[in-house]
Amino acid sequence: MSADAGTSIGLIWVPPALALLGFVLNGTIAFVRPQAKTAVSIIGAGVLLAAFAVAVTIFSGFAALHPDAPVVARYWSWIPVGTLQVDIAFQVDQLSLVMLLIVTGVGSLIHLFSIGYMREDPGYARYFAYLNLFVFFMLVLVLGANFPVMFVGWEGVGLCSYLLIGFWFSEQANADAGRKAFIMNRIGDFGFMIAMFIIFWVTGSLDFETVFRAAPTALVAGGGAVTAITLFLFLGCTGKSAQIPLYTWLPDAMAGPTPVSALIHAATMVTAGVYLVARCNLLFAMAPVASAVVAGVGALTALFAATIALKQWDIKKVLAYSTISQLGYMFVGVGTGAISAGVFHLATHAFFKALLFLGSGSVIFAMHRAYHHAHLHDDAQDMRNMGGLRRWMPWTATLMWIATLAIAGVPPFSGFFSKDEILAAAFARGTAQPIWLLFWAFGLIAALLTAFYMTRMMLYTFHGPNRTGDGAREHLHEAPWIMTGPLVVLGLLSVAGGLLNIPELYKGGAWLHHWLEPVTAPGAALLPETHVSHGTEWILVGVAVAVAITGIVGAWRLLKPETLVPAARSPEDHGFERVLRNKWYVDEIYDALIVRPLVWLSREVLWKRVDQGAIDAGAVNGAARGARAAGWANRWLQTGQVGMYVAAFVVGVLLLLWRAIGGGGS
Amino acid sequence: MLLSPALAISAVLFTLGVAGVLFRRNAIVIFMCVELMLNAVNLTFVALAQVIGVGGQVFVLFVMAVAAAEAAVGLAIILAVYRHKQSVSLQNMNLLKDG
Repeated sequence: MSADAGTSIGLIWVPPALALLGFVLNGTIAFVRPQAKTAVSIIGAGVLLAAFAVAVTIFSGFAALHPDAPVVARYWSWIPVGTLQVDIAFQVDQLSLVMLLIVTGVGSLIHLFSIGYMREDPGYARYFAYLNLFVFFMLVLVLGANFPVMFVGWEGVGLCSYLLIGFWFSEQANADAGRKAFIMNRIGDFGFMIAMFIIFWVTGSLDFETVFRAAPTALVAGGGAVTAITLFLFLGCTGKSAQIPLYTWLPDAMAGPTPVSALIHAATMVTAGVYLVARCNLLFAMAPVASAVVAGVGALTALFAATIALKQWDIKKVLAYSTISQLGYMFVGVGTGAISAGVFHLATHAFFKALLFLGSGSVIFAMHRAYHHAHLHDDAQDMRNMGGLRRWMPWTATLMWIATLAIAGVPPFSGFFSKDEILAAAFARGTAQPIWLLFWAFGLIAALLTAFYMTRMMLYTFHGPNRTGDGAREHLHEAPWIMTGPLVVLGLLSVAGGLLNIPELYKGGAWLHHWLEPVTAPGAALLPETHVSHGTEWILVGVAVAVAITGIVGAWRLLKPETLVPAARSPEDHGFERVLRNKWYVDEIYDALIVRPLVWLSREVLWKRVDQGAIDAGAVNGAARGARAAGWANRWLQTGQVGMYVAAFVVGVLLLLWRAIGGGGS
Repeated sequence: MLLSPALAISAVLFTLGVAGVLFRRNAIVIFMCVELMLNAVNLTFVALAQVIGVGGQVFVLFVMAVAAAEAAVGLAIILAVYRHKQSVSLQNMNLLKDG
């Protein structure tokens, strides 16, 4: 091991420590001098840029060695209880480094964007404190060398997500959205914990290395234990990564500031579930049923969320459902066993979805300012109030078009390569296990819808006549450079992100695939053998591209932005459109099936029967009433006559004596 | 040895004392009955000391000392009660009875 490379890997504690430092400093400023915005900006974005620089150093050091085994840095013993030994330890391997770079890199850009976006907000210091704290926990999540440390990060990012969704907590809807996210995630976390318990029970350890080394002997492939572990882990993933059935919190999470949506609810936190499956790829490969569930739920989510995105008017809601849909793709990838494809899509999605969210932030920023100047109170996020914005915001419009082409899967943009690789992997596994062909078909239809709804969003936002209103229109203009700068960088990444992993089909090196091989190889060895000829692959690519183009052109031809009227004057939707507009009424169904019965049970049974009836009336008042009744029943004993007392005393002594000398037959 | 007769007399004296405490009303008489019981016990002590050892005799001295102290306190209480109630009958001493 060369000394330099080893030293740089030893710096792995620095990026999280920097983020934590940023949180402490900004948190202090938030209490002491909340108006010191310059200091907050420098600290908040500075720690992230420094962390990114350190991450690059670590990466280059690690790449020079490219060890097959992960490098684990143990800091101190955390839970030493008998055979349960949990250390605070960070694991540096190919997968965690990719995540480290994405989190710090995209995170830095979003921090820079936030400086412009949140400039006027009175909670500026608090915002950056939370954002830094989020990055800290996210890094703990991806770097943790065992399940409990990862779980700390997992819970921590959930906390920061809650804090930032409800950032403008003075409005009830925002606070509710934060709570919803937190509670939905708790359901998933329950699964994560059960999975950890079973893992410890079966393998006797919670360290990734030990567990994965023990797994092939301790667990039966396809057996009940490994299936239970992976399904419970996946329950955790559905919460954190917004998959069916726990996805409903993510659209509501758009109540938070838009850069938060970009960082937490698109680029990083919600991909934690994908990371978890990729990390445990060996376990999932040993459980074919669970893998099919992962891929199936992913495919269904991809399709389902895409249908909802078709009829949303709020620009951020479109992107939120798009995120859910794209996360579904990632789960199809990792569920199929194409770990590198899933992680690849995770990376490219981080680029283009962050770009889309920041772009929408830029639009909302401009709309909000325009309405503010014109003293209007229209909805700055409703696309029916936009239209033709490309004339005022050429940079944002161009960059968002790039991201749209990327997400739609148009070559040669990044999303094309990653999405195509997932679909190809699903198809290939379909040749061995036909159920995967269904997942592939779902993915393909979702791709069509993706291209359609993204074009719809761009069309309504940036093209056609402007509907902002006469007073507000002249105040529309492009966001400051601190906001467009990060957009440009993300635009470049969205275009070129595909270079990370150009498959052999195009004479590419498939760099990411080979880079991740030390992590994915144990699981990949267990997957069924599949072979798809290059001819078939070319046909698949052709189909995928045709689908993307059809979606874009179809939207362009079918939708007429000229016919739209501003939100305040829009008519109600009817029929199926209304169902989509109302998100398939899933929230209402959950409300009727789960929330209301639970509230009824709590109110009518637990509160009125158990609490008021049994505990209050029975146990608490009953004890008092019992004591009073006992006193009332025995009051005749207290005559005040000493003679009586003495007589009782003598009788008692005689009884005791009788017992003592062995009377009464004992 | 006169152990058995001594214990028998002691038992009779003790029972008389108990009966007196139980059935008499006059506090002074009850008080005397308590003394009777103490001395019945003392008699047992000295009788058994013949067999077991000198400890019983020592204990009798303690009992006498305690009985003397008890007599002083008890008589003082009875006097105080008499001043208050003009009576030494226990039937009139039932302040602890409720209502």
